[in-house]
Amino acid sequence: MRIVKLNKDKLSDFLAVISEDADLWAPVKKGAESFVFTEIDDFSQIDLDYTRTILPPKKIFLPPAFTMFKASRTAYEADFSHVSKKILFGIHACDLHALLIMDQFYSYVYDDPYYSKARENTLILGHSCWPDENCLCKSTNTHIVEEGYDLFFTDLGDYYLVWIGSNQGDDLIQIRPDLFIEDIEDQDIQSFMKWREERDKAFQTELNFTYMPDLMELKYDDALWDKLGEACLACGSCTNVCPTCNCYNVLDKPVLGKDMSNIVRCWDACTLENYSEVAGGENFREKRSERLKLWYTHKLQAYISKYGKPACVGCGRCIVTCPVDINVKTVAHALDGREVNTFWSRLSEEVRK
Amino acid sequence: MPETKDINKENPFLPEPARIVRMEYLTDDVKFFQVRIADMEKALSFNYRPGQFAMISILGAGEAPFSISSSPSRPGLLEFCIRKAGTVTNALFEMKENDLVGVRGPYGNGFPTEKMVGKDIIIVMGGLGAAPLRSVLLYCLDNRDQFRRVILLHGAKRPAEMIFRNEFFRLKERKDLECYLAVDADDTEKWTEKVGVVTTLFPLVEDVDPSNTHALVCGPPVMYKFVLKELINLQIPKDQILMTLERRMKCGVGKCGHCAIDYVYTCLDGPVFTYWDVIHMRELI
Repeated sequence: MRIVKLNKDKLSDFLAVISEDADLWAPVKKGAESFVFTEIDDFSQIDLDYTRTILPPKKIFLPPAFTMFKASRTAYEADFSHVSKKILFGIHACDLHALLIMDQFYSYVYDDPYYSKARENTLILGHSCWPDENCLCKSTNTHIVEEGYDLFFTDLGDYYLVWIGSNQGDDLIQIRPDLFIEDIEDQDIQSFMKWREERDKAFQTELNFTYMPDLMELKYDDALWDKLGEACLACGSCTNVCPTCNCYNVLDKPVLGKDMSNIVRCWDACTLENYSEVAGGENFREKRSERLKLWYTHKLQAYISKYGKPACVGCGRCIVTCPVDINVKTVAHALDGREVNTFWSRLSEEVRK
Repeated sequence: MPETKDINKENPFLPEPARIVRMEYLTDDVKFFQVRIADMEKALSFNYRPGQFAMISILGAGEAPFSISSSPSRPGLLEFCIRKAGTVTNALFEMKENDLVGVRGPYGNGFPTEKMVGKDIIIVMGGLGAAPLRSVLLYCLDNRDQFRRVILLHGAKRPAEMIFRNEFFRLKERKDLECYLAVDADDTEKWTEKVGVVTTLFPLVEDVDPSNTHALVCGPPVMYKFVLKELINLQIPKDQILMTLERRMKCGVGKCGHCAIDYVYTCLDGPVFTYWDVIHMRELI
């Protein structure tokens, strides 16, 4: 793999030339501690000192709601207006791994053109990160990346080591090769190794995902699921913020005054009450506990048996988002038989009294 | 990995315009639809297996999955048997002959007809469960020499609620089909067949050769428990008991997630599952 160096003071020059004919998306600080991926007009908005964004980058490929077809009685016209040339800068390793999972999922048996066209038109410029107490990516083995990016920027103080992961990534470098330093010196290698070592030590949370598929099977009827069901608000937040959640609904929205409809695809969540309800009112997952079990089957079990790795990439978004402490960390700990101090374990004690 | 034969390779979500050729009421709330894909070439190359389903869309109402009730041995027309139960079906019932709907598919695994060759086939249907099973029944009858005994057990609540009534009564005249019909209760006093739930028909089936029998089941959720018990009593192997299931679906191609059961998707890995799958995956029925 080709690796080059870029001094930090040259970064905006580089971003300026590469974003001339593509929309640049990058993390921006939104609130006191919250960040979002957004389209950038002014490079000074970009804030790379972030841990995780509120929503994962999936929103850039498949927006929360978009039109699939403009439909009339006689013709359905496919609408790909959500697809444009984009550069996604500043994405972390966990989110990159989530995109790799999405790539597999959306091309499994049938190719989903709404995803694949958006994906093909987006260049991925990854960026290194530093874990907080909720980052689980070392446990999911998604804390480093070997593929799935065009360029990857490792922050080593005054400069970046830039890993070139694709032909298109190399083309970007070739637009302004003068900005980059080709020679990697011993000292740079030393700094990189030191960074790797210190970062590996910085992880505070560990989970053993290897046993999770077996534990999910063995504890299928465990009372734990009822406890979780009692506490769950069925708000769907965990699914919205999860970078590998992909469920969606399709709505036919008639255009007023015309014999036409917009066929709109919008995010859905398996934790919502009517998710599995069919016409006539039969609901295959009426209970919150059943819906949560499906979510965790998919995160901790299903993908391991299908793709050999969990669908959880350890981004920690469910941990910071769920208002009642139901998240990958607490559920995995509870399945493992550990005592967890969560809202739902306290709640069930109250209920028992 | 499931095979794909979608009519629109580039965009599997794109419905194909299709005309309603004929429709008729089968009961008060169930209608029979004959549909032909407008593009004749596509209409004739719409190859499906018995037990597969299609997505039907109606402008302004939406899209929903429906079992195909016709048999691939009779190409050109697609038949559906649909109960009025929600937004899409309400709109379908308002449509007239020659109106256009959208069709895409076929989706799902369908019945393993190759494995059923040379075997005895018992088809157990209750109520609207006749919709998907009529396809495999007609398929077996159209390829009659490929199968040994073909046995049909059909249950409906009351005579007026029996779908394909005329068709199934005519089948009784065939010598190469063992056809047994029942209603839970007869409020007409004209019913000439069995009165009782569908399981009361089992004693009429003689000399079952269980290891060489495939049983195909579809009906309301309440029916499965009792029918499965009968089939297990007959010692039919668990993986030769096949049932086709209903789930909510928004895509049919394994993307929208609604039909997920454990780690499988009903639209890709189903809707036909074996009784072993049911034991193995717990959420199925």
